Amino acid sequence: MTPTQARSAGASQPAPPQKLVVIGAGMASGRLLEELAKLAPEKYEVTLFGAEKWGNYNRIMLSPVLSGEKQFDEIITHDADWYAAQGINCRFGETIVKIDRKTKRVISNRGATHYDKLVIATGSASFFIPVAGNDLPGVVGFRDHDDVERMLEAAQKPDGKAVVIGGGLLGLEAAAALHARGMKVTVLHLMGHLMERQLDPTAGYLLKKELEGRGIRVVCNAHTNAIVGDGKAEAVLLEDNATHEADLVVMAVGIRPETRLGVDSGLETNRGIVVDDHMRTSDPDIMAIGECVEHNETVFGLVAPLYDMAKVAAKQLAGPSEAGFSYGETPTKLKVTGINLYSVGDFSDGPDREEIVLRDATKGMYKRVVLRDNRIVGAVLYGDVSDGPWYYDMIQQSTDVSEMRETLIFGQAHQGGGGFDPIEAVAALSDDAEICGCNGVCKGDIVAAIGAHDLTTLDEVRAHTKASASCGNCTGLVENLMAATLGDAFSANAVKSMCGCTELTHGDVRRLIKAKELKSIPAVMQELEWSTSGGCAKCRPALNYYLLADWPGEYVDDQQSRFINERVHANIQKDGTYSVIPRMWGGMTNAAELRAIADVVDKFEIPTVHVTGGQRIDLLGVKKEDLPAVWSDLNDAGMVSGHAYAKGLRTVKTCVGKDWCRFGTQDSTGLGVRLEKFLWGSWAPHKIKLAVTGCPRNCAEATCKDIGVICVDSGYEIHYAGAAGLHIQGTTKLTTVATEDEVMEIAAAIVQMYREQGHYLERIYKWAERIGHDTVRAAILDDPEGRRAYYDRFVFSQQFAQTDPWSERVSGVDKHEFKPMATLELEPAE
Amino acid sequence: MNAMTNIWTPVGQLSDIPRQGARCVRHGDTKIAVFRTSDDRVFALEDQCPHKNGPLSQGIVHDRGVTCPLHNWVISLETGTAMGADEGETRTYPVKVEGDTIMVAL
Ligand code: SRM
Ligand SMILES: Cc1cc2nc3c(=O)[nH]c(=O)nc-3n(C[C@H](O)[C@H](O)[C@H](O)COP(=O)(O)OP(=O)(O)OC[C@H]3O[C@@H](n4cnc5c(N)ncnc54)[C@H](O)[C@@H]3O)c2cc1C
Ligand code: SF4
Ligand code: FES
Repeated sequence: MTPTQARSAGASQPAPPQKLVVIGAGMASGRLLEELAKLAPEKYEVTLFGAEKWGNYNRIMLSPVLSGEKQFDEIITHDADWYAAQGINCRFGETIVKIDRKTKRVISNRGATHYDKLVIATGSASFFIPVAGNDLPGVVGFRDHDDVERMLEAAQKPDGKAVVIGGGLLGLEAAAALHARGMKVTVLHLMGHLMERQLDPTAGYLLKKELEGRGIRVVCNAHTNAIVGDGKAEAVLLEDNATHEADLVVMAVGIRPETRLGVDSGLETNRGIVVDDHMRTSDPDIMAIGECVEHNETVFGLVAPLYDMAKVAAKQLAGPSEAGFSYGETPTKLKVTGINLYSVGDFSDGPDREEIVLRDATKGMYKRVVLRDNRIVGAVLYGDVSDGPWYYDMIQQSTDVSEMRETLIFGQAHQGGGGFDPIEAVAALSDDAEICGCNGVCKGDIVAAIGAHDLTTLDEVRAHTKASASCGNCTGLVENLMAATLGDAFSANAVKSMCGCTELTHGDVRRLIKAKELKSIPAVMQELEWSTSGGCAKCRPALNYYLLADWPGEYVDDQQSRFINERVHANIQKDGTYSVIPRMWGGMTNAAELRAIADVVDKFEIPTVHVTGGQRIDLLGVKKEDLPAVWSDLNDAGMVSGHAYAKGLRTVKTCVGKDWCRFGTQDSTGLGVRLEKFLWGSWAPHKIKLAVTGCPRNCAEATCKDIGVICVDSGYEIHYAGAAGLHIQGTTKLTTVATEDEVMEIAAAIVQMYREQGHYLERIYKWAERIGHDTVRAAILDDPEGRRAYYDRFVFSQQFAQTDPWSERVSGVDKHEFKPMATLELEPAE
Repeated sequence: MNAMTNIWTPVGQLSDIPRQGARCVRHGDTKIAVFRTSDDRVFALEDQCPHKNGPLSQGIVHDRGVTCPLHNWVISLETGTAMGADEGETRTYPVKVEGDTIMVAL
């Protein structure tokens, strides 16, 4: 609370919060609510209406979602927690049909809601060209999640055909994505060259060539006449009578500002709802932001200016503010993997214009910079776009370039000679050089944020500044800037990539293994462009695990990609000998097992016997050659590998529970044994340790385990995400259940979810920290079918995992591991 | 020592060693690790990491190097020297493969 509020609270009643209603949970309103939460968290009681089923998400990234490079949940920008934390009342899946300005209410099919202040942020809708058949099933726009769902459905059909009408940013991203999904794609474009609003004819031509090279058909000057088909779209008919077969027709010819509510309620509206510099409509209590507005006879189609609107509107709502909305050029990039183009400013020819052009046909590279009296007014870059921000900066600074005219087109690298250092290059940019176009973040903002909060990772910088948090195109630039600012304190790769062999993160790799159905290590390295031929000791074990976990029964374990401990099923010791830890289910043993262990120790002269912290016995100092014989003797006594070396199930500790203990409430030992017999053998991102303890006294230390069960009179408390190693971490309580069977299902579901999502060498507690406990709860507790599915997938993969590696090796598997290839005697030296 | 230099000695078949793996050869009281890379090149090093004598034969083989199982030093199979920041060298032995037979110069 601010002092003023404190005072007013003490004296008179604080003014009740005003009611703010926001229509549309999109990119503009998302930013507005964030800004407002910063400026005036208490001032309003906010209700947010959204026609879509979910809250604000990063619409920009629907393209990678369509292509399979991202998943939808990765692009949600505001989750339930966030709204809850802001006290925002969410009404998703609810469309506002009418604004009643007299009574100041918005009306949906579910009733009326009063407002003191109203913000319209309804964005825009795909424009459907008015031709016959444009309403047939199979004709979709490209605007929201449901459009993507429909397209993906159509893409299911083996070699299905898609026709994309419109060769602009949206259409081409759709085309490339559907092509990636295996559809035969044709793009029909009305104009003479692609993306004519952003590109000149040459760049348009290079783009067309690239797309055709990939197998996408591009038809320019194509005038659509009709969409034909009975009951559903089957073909698109052009004016020249050419027909193009289609199972799916994507309308990407443009967008129509969603102004209906404004029109119906009599607000001043042209192409968009008309607003002044402060985002106010003709009604002082109603503001509008985003693609639905018109400002100075301009409507908008890119996020950068919309975010500025959101900031201005938030300031207005927070209190009287002079801040007004103005906008400049917004650069355009195409988010199609492998195609680099950048265009900004005004690049039409004219008597007062001069242009400088650079072409490199072999590289497919084209650069064009347009000057008006020695100042850059526009730039089109194709192939090599690294200098885009530099030119853009000079446009905004209206820098006089007469000094560097000769070298201008070669880019920043060639100014003042010397080798090109991208880090120096960003260092050289002015403080208000824009780094992130989507979020309008300037160099100065980022440098300041890094200093103010000592940020060291890309994620932190994204969290604090939003730089590179939308379309991600400027990620490299942001990293260079961090490097320039932090020096050695920043290492891009340490931050992101899995290892030196790739730029990709563990998350990327896991996602792509699934999306691209990669089923072998060479396939991963080829498809994901590994920079080394054979990988390294970091990535190979990780890849081997991911493939094993994602393709159970299909993928063949690659022994050579495992650490020695997992390869020989024993832990290597500092002197090159090994330790052997047999399972003692739930920490239980008996005379026969102990006798067998004793005999083994004598027979093989094992120097050290130790009772481990995991309730079992460790035999240390075993010679490698002896391992199979040692195991065979232990096997004969019914003992199997304890996997004390495994990234997988280690131990299930128990206490004696109600069998003996006067406080015991349930059969903690029995349940522990049951869990261990069910979970053993499964591989995981890291070790998994459980404990079942008979009462809250917790003798089995269940509250520092990956999964811990505390028996209570009413049943079983399930805890998880604990650890007591390098980092001591108490568990988080998940739920209490009545039966052992429920414990089994939930434990297996958590383990499977972790197996599918965890990054290699990430313990359960780190994984849960990363994705959030609520995500885990939602998946495991709130969604019984989902939980059951995890459980079933676990059971399925177990049938390939539960063979005792020791008896396998005793029976001859990997013999080569255990004896020397040759033993040569020295000739007696004379 | 010169008594035992440069005599080509057969130590086993190429197929005895898994790709990206290694096998050991006992030579009196020295242990020699014979490595096979993914492209079937063969190298021989003394089976002792220059760091703390870790058994290199037990490490993960990648490209032209092996990562020691104890503390992850990476040793070049070609030169026996530690790569990256670490410093140290392990003895290497000349190797040739005739037909399927691996010969080490001892
Ligand atoms: C044998 C044992 C010590 C003992 O003699 O009691 C042991 C021995 C090792 N522990 Fe442990 N840990 C042993 C119980 C524990 C426990 C206690 C427990 O499990 O209740 C912990 C703390 C609980 C936990 O894991 O959170 C423990 C936390 C660690 C850690 C830190 C893990 C972490 O994420 O912070 C490591 C290092 C690692 O795994 O990266 C580790 C690693 C190791 C390794 C595997 C180190 C290595 O790579 O060689 C040691 C293998 C020795 C060997 O050759 O057998 N050991 N280790 C215990 C074997 C348990 C078993 O029966 O399988
Ligand atoms: C596939 C795709 C790729 C894009 N790529 C880029 C890019 O690379 N760079 C870039 O700058 N821009 C890009 N854009 C454009 C960018 O997404 C839009 O400019 C931005 O989303 C507009 O924000 P907004 O809040 O105005 O509207 P929206 O984000 O569309 O949000 C409006 C929301 O209001 C809801 N709504 C509408 N009417 C009602 C009602 N009556 N009641 C309740 N809710 C209602 C809608 O369902 C919608 O969820 C892309 C757009 C798409 C579709
Ligand atoms: S946990 Fe409870 S029941 Fe189990 S031994 Fe300790 S006190 Fe006894
Ligand atoms: S002994 Fe090889 S790295 Fe330490």
